[in-house]
Amino acid sequence: MAGSGKAINAESAVEFDRRNTDWYVDKAIQAIVFVGGISTIIFVIGIFVFITREGLTFVFDTLDVKEFLTSEYWDPSDEDAPEYGILALIAGTASVTGLAMVVAIPFSLGAAVFIGEFATGKTREFLKVLVELLAAIPSVVWGFIGLSIMNPLIIEWFNVPVGLNVLNAGIILGLMAAPIMTSIAEDALKAVPDRYREAAEAMGATRWQVIYKVVLPAAKNGLLGAVLLGVGRAFGETMAVLMATGHSINIPTSVFDSVRALTATIAAELGETAVGSDHYGALFTIGIFLFLITFIINLLADLVVRGVRKG
Amino acid sequence: MVSAATAVMGANEIEVASPKIVVRDVTIRYAGTPALSGVSLDVREHEVFGIIGPANAGKTSFLKALNRMDMFTDGMKVEGSIEFDGRPIDRLRNVYALRSRIGVVFPLPVGLPLTIYENVALAPRLGGMRNKAELDDIVERCLTRAALWDEVKDRLNSLGSLLSGGQQQRLTIARALSQQPDVLILDEFSIAVDPVTTMRIEDVLKELKHELTIILVTNLVQQAQRLADRTAFFLEGECVEVGKTSDLFDGRVQDSRTRDYIEGKFG
Ligand SMILES: Nc1ncnc2c1ncn2[C@@H]1O[C@H](COP(=O)(O)OP(=O)(O)OP(=O)(O)O)[C@@H](O)[C@H]1O
Ligand SMILES: [Mg+2]
Repeated sequence: MAGSGKAINAESAVEFDRRNTDWYVDKAIQAIVFVGGISTIIFVIGIFVFITREGLTFVFDTLDVKEFLTSEYWDPSDEDAPEYGILALIAGTASVTGLAMVVAIPFSLGAAVFIGEFATGKTREFLKVLVELLAAIPSVVWGFIGLSIMNPLIIEWFNVPVGLNVLNAGIILGLMAAPIMTSIAEDALKAVPDRYREAAEAMGATRWQVIYKVVLPAAKNGLLGAVLLGVGRAFGETMAVLMATGHSINIPTSVFDSVRALTATIAAELGETAVGSDHYGALFTIGIFLFLITFIINLLADLVVRGVRKG
Repeated sequence: MVSAATAVMGANEIEVASPKIVVRDVTIRYAGTPALSGVSLDVREHEVFGIIGPANAGKTSFLKALNRMDMFTDGMKVEGSIEFDGRPIDRLRNVYALRSRIGVVFPLPVGLPLTIYENVALAPRLGGMRNKAELDDIVERCLTRAALWDEVKDRLNSLGSLLSGGQQQRLTIARALSQQPDVLILDEFSIAVDPVTTMRIEDVLKELKHELTIILVTNLVQQAQRLADRTAFFLEGECVEVGKTSDLFDGRVQDSRTRDYIEGKFG
């Protein structure tokens, strides 16, 4: 017995040190995946560095940060006294994004609850495909809808001179953000185990009570994440807001005021500025600002979805 | 109601108790294939009615039919008649009212992702109760009766789904009790619970049968022997027989398969 035990030990001692093909394949795949992952991070950092470098000289040399953030006058092309205040642009973006969420949250959560909790079989599959189709509509098409359908409708219904305003862009952005929010919210609902629903149903809860008392609380992180991603989507949208807001600098006092968004400003003006000019720098500074805000929103969404909460 | 109950509970007078649930010729199908065929039996008020039988016997399907859970199971169809307190349950206008009178404990504990307090307060809240003091009272009473109060009284606001498996199963029982049900259904409740907790829950059940009717599905025949007044033996979609537990376990069976199963000579 002792002899055979020793033999086995000697054998495994050799085997434990032998690196076979599987081992090398595994290491190689690990390395490839690592490089892939790292390069994504490097690209993101690279983009940030590029934007920052383009904007930073301007930030340090010319810009009065306080004025930048608190002045409502944006007139960088005035040769004698250019103005670099983005307050009105922030107000434009914020008002449109805010209204978009007012439109999108009820729509998307309602749709998600219907698809996830009530619809069955074919209806459900059909609705899911429809939502994905809606999410795939290019933003310029939405802008076109804002321009050529919503604009005359708003003028007619509300009897206002222009229909390209916060209301128009807010609705368009809301409709744009709703599909992706629906999709994520539905995933969040689907992640709630059926045994929770069954347990609640077994105790006599109605369908709506089950959803309201058990499913929504259980899914609330995912739902909040869906909303935040929707905010990020609306906030970063460019083409549709350029077309539907009216693109005029304004701190809005009603939904019928035209506004201009941060993103649309960059898109509209960057092509006509000289590289390295103050105007160019100012636009990049807006870029940095957008980047930071988007980053924060996405980070929040991510943390919320992953459920950072007390145990 | 309580006085009638205690009168009935005397000793072995269970026979005279009125039927709570009357099942006649019930067949349950999934997508046409029968999982349980032609079951007829009565469950009497204030008894512990045991159901034993191996896997695939149709026990869980039978329980589902009792509180109309077939409504959300795709393809599940129940034929025959089931009466609860004399009312055919397939013709109720408000099926939620039926379910709220039947507490269900599932094989794997389901601590809802709410606080411990909210888990137990949920059913009364669904019933429209708003009074905080009353809710506090119900929560404490149900947790105490489920032998869980001492372990959780200082952490009522932590998540119920984070309790240990055995604790969650007692939480599930507390939640079922908070419905103030007439009937408590337990489906293999001890499957994920240690022997000590199992014994504690069994003691709880012995107390509870003074107040309500218990249907106990179990794959531990000794558990049926310890708890059930009468026991049904299900086998491969058939109810082989129903009898007094003491008769079945003393070998006074009508069908030799029952004896074989109880004595563990199956397979
Ligand atoms: N949702 C369902 N869809 C289709 N068939 C089902 C479903 N639930 C149960 N069945 C079938 O019904 C039969 C009986 O199952 P059931 O769960 O009632 O058995 P059981 O006696 O509870 O078994 P166990 O002791 O393993 O829990 C099985 O053949 C099972 O495949
Ligand atoms: Mg079962």
